[in-house]
Amino acid sequence: MKNVKKFLSVVMAAAMAASLLVGCGGSASGSIEAAPAAEAAPAAEGAEASGAATFKFGAIGPLTGAAANYGTAVVNAAQIAVDEINAAGGINGYQIEYKGEDDELDSEKSVNAYNTLKDWGMQILIGSVTSGCSIAVSEKTKADNMFQLTPSGSAEDCVKYDNVFRVCFSDPNQGIASADYIADNGLASKVGVIYDSSDVYSSGINTKFEGEAAAKGLEIAVSEAFTADSNTDFTAQLQKCKDAGVELIFLPIYYTQAATILTQASTMGMDVTFFGCDGLDGMLDMENFDKSLAEGVMLLTPFAADAEDELTQKFVAAYQDKYGQIPNQFGADAYDAVYAIKAAIEKAGVTPDMSVSDMCEALKTAMTEITVAGLTGEITWEASGEPSKTPKAVVITDGAYKSMQ
Amino acid sequence: MISFITNLINGLSLGSIYAIIAIGYTMVYGIAKMLNFAHGDIIMVGAYAAFTIITTLKLPAGLGIITAIVCCTLFGITIEKIAYKPLRKAASPLAVLITAIGVSYFLQNSVLLIFGSDPKIFSSVVPFRTVEIGPFIIPGTTIVSIIVSILLVSLLQFFINKTKPGQAMLACAQDRDAAALMGISVNRTISMTFAIGSAMAGIAGVLLCSAYPSLSPYTGSMPGIKAFVAAVFGGIGSVPGAMIGGLTLGVIEILSKTYISSQLSDAIVFAVLIVVLLVKPTGLMGKVVQEKV
Repeated sequence: MKNVKKFLSVVMAAAMAASLLVGCGGSASGSIEAAPAAEAAPAAEGAEASGAATFKFGAIGPLTGAAANYGTAVVNAAQIAVDEINAAGGINGYQIEYKGEDDELDSEKSVNAYNTLKDWGMQILIGSVTSGCSIAVSEKTKADNMFQLTPSGSAEDCVKYDNVFRVCFSDPNQGIASADYIADNGLASKVGVIYDSSDVYSSGINTKFEGEAAAKGLEIAVSEAFTADSNTDFTAQLQKCKDAGVELIFLPIYYTQAATILTQASTMGMDVTFFGCDGLDGMLDMENFDKSLAEGVMLLTPFAADAEDELTQKFVAAYQDKYGQIPNQFGADAYDAVYAIKAAIEKAGVTPDMSVSDMCEALKTAMTEITVAGLTGEITWEASGEPSKTPKAVVITDGAYKSMQ
Repeated sequence: MISFITNLINGLSLGSIYAIIAIGYTMVYGIAKMLNFAHGDIIMVGAYAAFTIITTLKLPAGLGIITAIVCCTLFGITIEKIAYKPLRKAASPLAVLITAIGVSYFLQNSVLLIFGSDPKIFSSVVPFRTVEIGPFIIPGTTIVSIIVSILLVSLLQFFINKTKPGQAMLACAQDRDAAALMGISVNRTISMTFAIGSAMAGIAGVLLCSAYPSLSPYTGSMPGIKAFVAAVFGGIGSVPGAMIGGLTLGVIEILSKTYISSQLSDAIVFAVLIVVLLVKPTGLMGKVVQEKV
């Protein structure tokens, strides 16, 4: 009796949530849209006691801390995608329940967040946002055989297990794509690199970048490192670049340090182009950051908020409407992640009453068979978890990202 | 040659910041004979106080500096009263050292809770960004930091050696019990030492963040440790030594980054410290004090 009550309440709640969401679009369709949730009830009847007829998606990312801009974008954008899907009737008629947890860019806290979400009943994980955290959590998802799709964990090891896929480029691919982009577009022939040797993301990109740059005939005149313990003063590294007369400085690092580098370069009167990867995304949102310093900075990112296509515009409008900010690439990755999961669920015919492990097995196969036309391009996946899509570059102009053509 | 001199200037820029932090560090050690490991974090608190006034409330920079100094002074006195004073007579000098580390974490995490850990960009309080002399570009913060540290060293030297409260500090440093017998209030003198040391931390915080604008709850910890090294390098307890130690350390760090390896610079800095301590255990300007049994 207790179970029936609990079950009924969940169905009612789902129906209510659905009608609420649809309410934004048009109240007349409310009762129609709520129907799939009610229909779903019999399907789940035979399932375990806890098997409510909803998919439970969890997301983990740094909502506070040095990479808060990434985590917030991911958690918010995934929410938008979930809301859209729910409003349109869910996946195969099942609604999605969604919850985001903070990991403060700390792998230990990321695992804690995973445990919290698991207790809540999470079936599919979107996250974690950063490489280190994502790797830590993948140990747990592997043990539980839970399907994990990281929007932006780009280190090679993020997808070392077969249950983990990613939406963004891997570090090596970013390094290679950056070198190709610089060489193919003739941005510079003499290049300097400043990277964080204590960070797996940064040194991973750097290794591949230097290899590909050599193959493409770029001269790497300066390659200088810093570590987490000495990441405030870059004058020595910049001075070397200045003395060597490099035309472009490649920064495969995160935006916090990049902002300091830009400030110091400007103090030193340097006139070079800065080129970075997705780690630079988020710089413009820093509190009190002088955006004029970032003028002309280029970065490789698969997403530009000013792109003209309908999908991007709709997403940007929805995000701005709900959170009052222009979404960055991490948000776009997360949005695509949710739709990729939807496509894979539809392909494999997964239902919410399946066990986490069965769900994972089905989705693993389905991921390699789907093509998602998302915000970050048309994406297909290999069984290794790597996505395949075309990289784009943006340049910061007047304090905003503009696509480079 | 031009590039060498530029590197030297960059080294002095970094060193001047270390110097200004090290002065507060060494003074507290010299008088109270305790290593205040929370010094770096008091600096961070001062920087946040200034940030709140200047950026959040959009008030003038001068008011921000004063707030930072007042705020740090109050923090310094309170921390000393609550956390260090009860342990002054503890059996082991380790007790107060461990407490200082605890205070350091307490401050970091409190600021984390209040301000969040996303880094803030601090607006420089120095009105001119750079000064160009021929081919050399000197950051404004460097000039201000060096002038301020020279001023602070002179003021402190004058205060300690020529005024009554300063003499009381020296007396407490030499022998607390004898000082008490001579009618000096030891508690008040040590409180005053913390107040002055922390006021300096306030100034250091504002200058540190003017030079290196990204401000987070952990901003003070690494410069704090480097400044401690600088203080030991110059002879801990010696105020001019701290300044020379700071400047030397900054120059060594930048030169080793440029000419040896940017990854190994920290290792080199600490290796130099070890060598100096092996050759001259009291540091560059430290005095040998005879222990009487």
